[in-house]
Amino acid sequence: MSVYKMGDYHYDNQTVRKFIYSSIFWGVLALIAGVWISILFWAPGLNGPGWLTYGRLRSFHVNVMAFGLVLGALIGIFYYITIRLTKRPLLFPKIARFTVYLFNLAIAVGGWGLLMGYTKSLAYNEFEWPASLLIVILWVLMAVVILGTIIKRKEEQMYISLWYIIATVVTLAVIYVVNNLVVPAGLFKSYPVFAGVNGANVEWWYGHNAVGSELTMATLALFYYFLPKSTGLPIYSHRLSIIAFWSLIFAYLWAGAHHLVYTPIPDWIQTVAIAMSIFLIAPSWGSVVNGFYTVREDWGRMRTHYLTKFFILGITFYGIQTVQGPTQALRVVSSLIHYTDWVVGHVHMGAMGWDALVITGAIYYIIPKIYDTEIYSEKIANTHFWLVLTGQIIYSITMWIAGIQEGAMQKAVNPDGTLKYTWDQIVAKDIPYWQFRTLGGVIFVAGMLFFVYNILMTVRKGNALVASKA
Amino acid sequence: MAKNIYSKPVLFTILATLTILVGTVVTMFVPMLTAQMHPKLEGLKPYTALQLAGRDVYQSEGCPFCHTQTVRPLKTEVERYGHYSLAGEFYYDRPFLWGTKRTGPDLAREGGKYPDSWQYAHFEDPRAFAPHSIMPSFAWLKKIKLDPAQVETHMKVLGFPYTQADISALAGKTELDALVAYVQTLGTAVTVKAQATVPVTKKMTHVPNPLAGSHEAIERGEKLFEQNCQACHGKEGVGYIGPSLRDKDIFLYVRGNVPDDDYFEIIHNGTHPGGIEDGRTEKGGMPSFADTLSNDEIWSLVAYIRSLQGEK
Ligand code: HEC
Ligand code: HEC
Ligand code: HEM
Repeated sequence: MSVYKMGDYHYDNQTVRKFIYSSIFWGVLALIAGVWISILFWAPGLNGPGWLTYGRLRSFHVNVMAFGLVLGALIGIFYYITIRLTKRPLLFPKIARFTVYLFNLAIAVGGWGLLMGYTKSLAYNEFEWPASLLIVILWVLMAVVILGTIIKRKEEQMYISLWYIIATVVTLAVIYVVNNLVVPAGLFKSYPVFAGVNGANVEWWYGHNAVGSELTMATLALFYYFLPKSTGLPIYSHRLSIIAFWSLIFAYLWAGAHHLVYTPIPDWIQTVAIAMSIFLIAPSWGSVVNGFYTVREDWGRMRTHYLTKFFILGITFYGIQTVQGPTQALRVVSSLIHYTDWVVGHVHMGAMGWDALVITGAIYYIIPKIYDTEIYSEKIANTHFWLVLTGQIIYSITMWIAGIQEGAMQKAVNPDGTLKYTWDQIVAKDIPYWQFRTLGGVIFVAGMLFFVYNILMTVRKGNALVASKA
Repeated sequence: MAKNIYSKPVLFTILATLTILVGTVVTMFVPMLTAQMHPKLEGLKPYTALQLAGRDVYQSEGCPFCHTQTVRPLKTEVERYGHYSLAGEFYYDRPFLWGTKRTGPDLAREGGKYPDSWQYAHFEDPRAFAPHSIMPSFAWLKKIKLDPAQVETHMKVLGFPYTQADISALAGKTELDALVAYVQTLGTAVTVKAQATVPVTKKMTHVPNPLAGSHEAIERGEKLFEQNCQACHGKEGVGYIGPSLRDKDIFLYVRGNVPDDDYFEIIHNGTHPGGIEDGRTEKGGMPSFADTLSNDEIWSLVAYIRSLQGEK
């Protein structure tokens, strides 16, 4: 029996909503930037001076996507899940509300800075130091709220999602702080303390685990909460969850150097990372199996419960991703696809196929719950689903083909051992694939706009309901 | 249910933290304390003020999104770019700029590959050199002046040596000047060493071209020309940064035809300012192809150039 009434959650629900709206706002900007840079790949004449050049818009797209859309949505959804699983309101509701403003300020400063050319040039950590500092403060405050709420919980056992939330909070804290050890050289310029090969090793320990925490552990926290919620079926195996959790968070931190295969960092670090990458198939598929076996109870829910397919397709792409990733880590495969568009295909299957499906599915669940109503239109949600699915598949497949072609052409030699292709010939062959990528991107973004519309209309419906009750 | 770690959040958080720290300590933290992560190539120099300013531009404009700076120890890669990257080359790189994607070619060995004039012209209009290039034009960097005081602060933070004269020399320089200066240093610590061990001069006394007039050789020469020479000598040798090759009566700015082996020598050896080839003075800027082209390939190029000059 809960000690708290629904009304006690009112204030926290508003915080959750504010995070979700903010993240949608940043997400739309980052998506537009994404489509635009994909066009610059086949219409380079459209590059302009300053913030209109590819290099700046590319970092804006990636960082605002990762920190504005994904991180913003995750913090809001973490609050939502934590409240429900601890059966109490947030411990410091005012601090939680403050983090919304801090979050938006950090993304605004960081994103604007990237357009001005202020970047640390560390992959997935490009915001210059003032924005990174804000993000560190944001993360610490959020950790205090979430861990505090969990410690003071009203429910004895911590459900699986809370494990993954805690793991995300500590992992991202450790890696983000270390990779942000820089010496400021002005308000918007800094130099990292780590140099050369050591800097590369630190960066990819960070980069891989930023993906590992934000795009994997955190998304799994959502998955384990919303799959049972939206299907009405309990998770298949608790024991499997335990094994998968601990082995996943253990192994991830060893694998970063698979991004550095054949670079001058010591061979043994590369080899250990490759071995650990292969091991990672096991814990990753632990969750995939758990997801599938949960729905195996009644596959009919794919049709009757419209959100089921978001989570099941999401975990399917996660499953493909976690076989593809370890394969890419192998030296022989890396030598072909590293530095090519193949990797871009891998990234976007994860981002568009796994993270975006799970996060939008979660938001579809949360917003009506907060307003105590139903989603505005299941039909629009289904349209959204099929569009983003089609867009993502076009995107990934064209980039895989392009990547293999690039790798093969770069390696091709004449019988006498000389290189067969100039760089210009390789680029020329890529153009049609890059055009198809834009098509995939446009379809994906169209799907996301259906999502945004559906959420806005649900909110409108909810507000009207609140007004009529008052 | 018995108390377990799943109902003890503090203990759980500590255990989770320790779990993620194992791999962190073994693969990241411990190596950092050893010398193998801080190697320095003999002869590697810190960046000058102008080069550092260029490196800052390289970061700001996101060049690493399209260009890598590590040549992998793979046969075709060494063939395309030159010596594979060595750990000791990056000692002064904060941050390292290896990149993750090759939309354009690797730049680890770009320094000295072309003369400055080529770099300027390419930055202003990449598609004049490679018709399908999707590299943005960076002509607009010509309009942005460096701020010497700011560059000085950056040099101080990194602890690189400089003189006041270096800083005052920056006045009036543009971001494009700085970018070219930076690109021209890439990989030079290794290239210089490698070149010193390879005998680059080859002299021969009036050997005729063994492949003269062979159609096969001309075709092969044409392909090699597009790959190696066109960027400087223009399409079909009409002349650009390097002189036109179409007039057999002019060689190194002086009238009078020369024998085939002079052509061979200049392609094999390259030129340097003040060098002498068959009594004619070089201005420099023609790179040596001794390492990249075989004798047969050079003779094919000579055959192709002769065909451009109207000889069959
Ligand atoms: C959108 C991708 C893209 C961006 C951004 C980009 N380049 Fe390029 N770059 C290319 C491509 C493609 C080529 C090969 C075709 C050509 O020569 O233009 C190239 C070629 C080059 C070359 C000639 C390499 C050689 O040896 O022939 C240099 C030097 C170069 N780029 C430097 C830079 C610098 C410096 C920047 C940042 C200011 C930059 N590029 C930004 C795509 C890009
Ligand atoms: C980086 C630009 C560059 C590249 C690449 C280049 N050259 Fe040159 N080349 C020059 C320059 C500059 C000169 C003038 C040299 C001098 O004055 O010392 C020159 C001179 C020559 C000459 C003497 C021409 C004359 O009539 O004066 C020949 C022949 C020649 N190059 C052939 C080639 C061939 C063949 C290739 C390809 C394998 C090639 N070059 C690649 C820049 C280049
Ligand atoms: C078992 C799990 C995984 C392993 C072992 C793995 C492995 C890899 C490897 C080896 C690369 C580098 C490829 C190269 O550059 O040659 C890579 C890139 C990448 N992966 Fe995965 N992957 C996994 C799962 C995921 C998931 C779930 C995501 C979520 C979106 C993801 C996102 C990315 C991203 C963003 C990059 C691009 C890095 C860059 O900028 O180069 N990966 N992965």
